[in-house]
Amino acid sequence: MENKLTPAQRVALARHQERPGTADLIAALFTDFFEQRGDRLCQDDGSILGGIALFHGRPVTVIGHRKGRTLEEHLAYHFGMPSPEGYRKAQRLMKQAEKFGRPVITFIDTPGAYPGLEAEARGQGEAIARTLALSSSLTVPVISIVTGEGGSGGALALGVGNKVLMLENAVYSVLSPEGFAAILWKDSSRSDEACDVMKLTAADLLELGVIDEVIPEPAGGAHTDLHALCKTLDGILTRELNALCKQSGQALAAGRYKKFRQMGAMALRKERP
Amino acid sequence: MSNVFAQRRQKLLSLKALRGTSPAPAHTEETCPACGGVVRRRDLVIARYVCPLCGHHYPIGAYYRLSLVLDKGTFRELDGNLTSNDPLSFPGYREKLEQARHRTGMNEGVVTATGRIGGQKVAVGALDNRFFMGSMSAALGEKVTRLVEFAEKYKLPLILFSASGGARMQEGILSLMQMAKTSAALERFSQKGGLFISVLTHPTTGGVTASFASLGDIMLAEPGALIGSAGPRVIEQTIGEKLPEGFQRAEYLLEHGFLDAIVPRTHLRDTLIRLLRLHGKGGSDRGK
Repeated sequence: MENKLTPAQRVALARHQERPGTADLIAALFTDFFEQRGDRLCQDDGSILGGIALFHGRPVTVIGHRKGRTLEEHLAYHFGMPSPEGYRKAQRLMKQAEKFGRPVITFIDTPGAYPGLEAEARGQGEAIARTLALSSSLTVPVISIVTGEGGSGGALALGVGNKVLMLENAVYSVLSPEGFAAILWKDSSRSDEACDVMKLTAADLLELGVIDEVIPEPAGGAHTDLHALCKTLDGILTRELNALCKQSGQALAAGRYKKFRQMGAMALRKERP
Repeated sequence: MSNVFAQRRQKLLSLKALRGTSPAPAHTEETCPACGGVVRRRDLVIARYVCPLCGHHYPIGAYYRLSLVLDKGTFRELDGNLTSNDPLSFPGYREKLEQARHRTGMNEGVVTATGRIGGQKVAVGALDNRFFMGSMSAALGEKVTRLVEFAEKYKLPLILFSASGGARMQEGILSLMQMAKTSAALERFSQKGGLFISVLTHPTTGGVTASFASLGDIMLAEPGALIGSAGPRVIEQTIGEKLPEGFQRAEYLLEHGFLDAIVPRTHLRDTLIRLLRLHGKGGSDRGK
């Protein structure tokens, strides 16, 4: 069935109410998760969930977007749209991971960074930029998995990994299809059309060299069988961690730089002078 | 032989680009969009496109911008021929690119170069609003990244003037990835001790704000410049109310701790000379 889905149908699956979120995946994939909260500057932003956990006995730092399940959670976490405090918490956790030599595993599932007044006043742009800069240079392995919606810079901030993986029905794009249609055609109702031209599916992104691998989902989507999904994820994480943990810190940072340095190389052309 | 013509064409194109921002006939008048006052075009040009009545800073093109800060005759453009290849085969993009190229004489929304400021050699770049709103394309990200790497290689201070509407929608996810690419390059540059002065001009928004433009060791902005991650309209829609006066303007960012200084256009060159000297790279008496 998977190949028959349209991009718009995948967007719907990626946003499905029941789709496993970061909290579900952490509970299923890791043991002894200890949540770390706060940015140590002013606040704790619950839309970024992070902490230390064990993966088959190996300590790792886990960071992901959290949309929440109930209405109260949705509102408290701005539907998974982080404020600067969330990104600064992520930076804090990344630095700690580096200090203690823990691999970082990130789960990406956000419509985008929160476009609010306070978020801007506290430097949303700066917070994302610093997160990008920091994560690009970490000397520990970073594995990023796009699990649901990967929307704009708010998603990318957790996406600078040595390996970037993506669930089959997840989407990853410069902007939500609605926002895209609104900007380009001044008509947000043309979002289905936007889905078709945006190249936001896992298969498209693999072809564009933006991600490394597509992780198959159970038939019907990730929400139909969390157990099966996590079995697949467990195998892939084990394989990737084993491979990356053999590399030196410097090689990891250099590898990540090289990976992102070539992004969009196929999009360049030399105009006849 | 064809190379000679190619170079000549390049020169004509850059002259054309310059012309877009240079003096129009002196008798024409402009109405300032900020104060509504009527200003003679000639006075506007003399004032470097700052309204003599209210101090409003008009957006200016990249070549003109660089000519205002670089020592005369030191401008050497880098990667001027780099342009986009329509990576997603996006409907209508190729034609729009062609039009933008024709209209501006530029190949991309950023001009990168080496030059001297007060005698100090620098790597410098300026985004240009007239080319797709200075939006982040793969080519724009590549040019900025190459400039950062150039500055790193030759141990030069780096100065970037930002002006951008955000991501280049037509390049989708590849536009987004430029945020990571440019930020990663700047992080390396910074770790090797490179000085980066980021100057934010009206308007700097979206992916450019959320990447390289926010990573300066020194953060400057022109008066009144709109600077933000999300655009004001999106925020108004999200919170469902009108935004306060002056929100996301340079003065607001200064107050909230995200800028070192607001520098009027007429003082920019002197400020840059001073900052370069303060970083011990200005050469004590090489300046003018």
